[in-house]
Amino acid sequence: MDALAVGSLYALIALGYTMVYGILKFINFAHSDVFVLGAWTAYRAALCAGWTNDGVPEPIARWVLWILGLIAAVGLVLAVVGRTVVKPPPGALGQSGPARAGSTLLAVGVWGWACVGLVLLARVLKAGGMEYVAGGVILLLAMGTCGVVGFCIERLAYKPLRKAPRLNVLITAIGVSLLLQNVGQLDWMFGTQPARMPSLVAQDKPLLTILGTPNADGSIAGGVNVWLVDVIGAGTAIILMIALDRLVFQTKIGRAMRAVSYNPTTAALMGIPVDRVISFTFVLGAVLAAAAGFLYTQKYPGLLQPATGTWVLLGLKAFVAAVVGGIGNIRGAMAGGLLIGLIEFFGVGYVSTEYRDVYVFGLLIVVLLVRPSGLLGKAVAEKV
Amino acid sequence: MLEVSNLCVNYGAIKALHSVSLTVGKGEIVTLIGGNGAGKTTTLRAISGIVKPASGSIIYDGRPLATLAPHEIVRLGLIQAPEGRGIFPNMTVAENLELGAFTRNDRAGIEADREKALGLFPRLRERIEQNAGTLSGGEQQMLAIARALLARPKLLLLDEPSLGLAPQIVQVIFQIIREINAAGTTILLVEQNAHMALKVAHRAYVLEVGRVVMQGPAAELAASDEVQDHYMGRKRAGH
Repeated sequence: MDALAVGSLYALIALGYTMVYGILKFINFAHSDVFVLGAWTAYRAALCAGWTNDGVPEPIARWVLWILGLIAAVGLVLAVVGRTVVKPPPGALGQSGPARAGSTLLAVGVWGWACVGLVLLARVLKAGGMEYVAGGVILLLAMGTCGVVGFCIERLAYKPLRKAPRLNVLITAIGVSLLLQNVGQLDWMFGTQPARMPSLVAQDKPLLTILGTPNADGSIAGGVNVWLVDVIGAGTAIILMIALDRLVFQTKIGRAMRAVSYNPTTAALMGIPVDRVISFTFVLGAVLAAAAGFLYTQKYPGLLQPATGTWVLLGLKAFVAAVVGGIGNIRGAMAGGLLIGLIEFFGVGYVSTEYRDVYVFGLLIVVLLVRPSGLLGKAVAEKV
Repeated sequence: MLEVSNLCVNYGAIKALHSVSLTVGKGEIVTLIGGNGAGKTTTLRAISGIVKPASGSIIYDGRPLATLAPHEIVRLGLIQAPEGRGIFPNMTVAENLELGAFTRNDRAGIEADREKALGLFPRLRERIEQNAGTLSGGEQQMLAIARALLARPKLLLLDEPSLGLAPQIVQVIFQIIREINAAGTTILLVEQNAHMALKVAHRAYVLEVGRVVMQGPAAELAASDEVQDHYMGRKRAGH
């Protein structure tokens, strides 16, 4: 059950790697940091919403409101000025540059306010005894925040490099990753101390035990314990993956994503706004990573400080999942994530806990030797 | 309808087009012929906004296109069916057609246009659920044209529709190009197959290493010695 729960989290993170690779053909090294951001955002939001470890709930800091208000106000001014005063260049369709920047800032500011609203909503729900719903609200909040951050990362760091060699983008991604890690360590962000995520799903005994042998006193020995938190975690992850799969394979925007991933130029000739599709893909990846971050805090409440190597290792394993499944292949990433989880936890359970990372990376080596394009990947012939 | 003047395009230090000028009038079929590397495809790419011109202007329906992104140009009804196999091989024929109608939201209109396009190319209807990559070369070309039609083009740019196809299929494709034009769509046709192109076109331009070297009514060009020699494969005594 551990294997399924953690494997589905790997799969969620792997999806972000694989989608971005599919479209831009580079590995977004900052992706695992978005995952960490999701976990920490969820932690902060949970504290603000009234969950505590020590009985003292954390208030929503006033400066947060000030900054959000400022961003929204600047965005509003820019949007209005851009629409009325600044005229777009002759012949251009749509809005002028300031209007677009204004709309973006406005959206960020409005999302910030929405976050505050969501926290308050979660607080009310929790006070009203609906803790699961409140937990869902926190999940949405973490996903939305990471979505916005993912959007900004793509706009500010990667989009200006669209025509640059891929190596430049790769190095930039490492830079973004370091930036996120270090900003995350600042005192006014998450700080350098580890924290403990309060459990949103309280439980003291497993939901049920499969294959166990009942003792005389009614307790159960051995067998597989099914914990509620694992069911919720794996369930949420699988629902998200099904939703993503339907989005990619059955909707117009999904078709556009696949078209851009196959050939951006031809996609543009279909009238597909390529840059917007790329942004959308980034946001999707970030949202899924945030969901994984939140679910991870529920399974393992000990939150390490944002720049710890353990997070990097988790991100790396998710990346392995993407490669094992066939990088660029969405269904492959899902399968790869689950497979990695199974291998890791069965190895831990039946062989030795010492080598838990060895199983994962060993699998990577085997897959790369036997099927270099991944389990579901297709061999790509180099075009001449 | 389309007015290209003094268009120059550079790829890095290489000049691909030196001052190309051409016009396409409403309802016409205009063809751009020339050998490999003459700059035919580059011209189309510049018109569609995929490559940015170094200088010169492209005016479509009275509107300069220089500042527009490719997807915005598509929204103006200027649609290109890209060269050769510019289809999405990992998607089905149906999905490819739906991508053609990406900019449109009128379900009923799309459905009607889809029926019309499938009427022109009955072969595509038989293969509608097949992956486009499994189609033959001719069928892929048909798909590229059908897909462009679903965007409801006012001006259709066709890049080498005969490339790599068997002669009978080329006949079929050119017949359909005529029909599309007869139904009211203006066409700018880029071709290496000068023989066929000059047969269907009203006017023609001959491109050589990035310059227009000849222009005029298609029938006149087809009759001229230079075109006959260089592009239609006639062998004169002594050559």
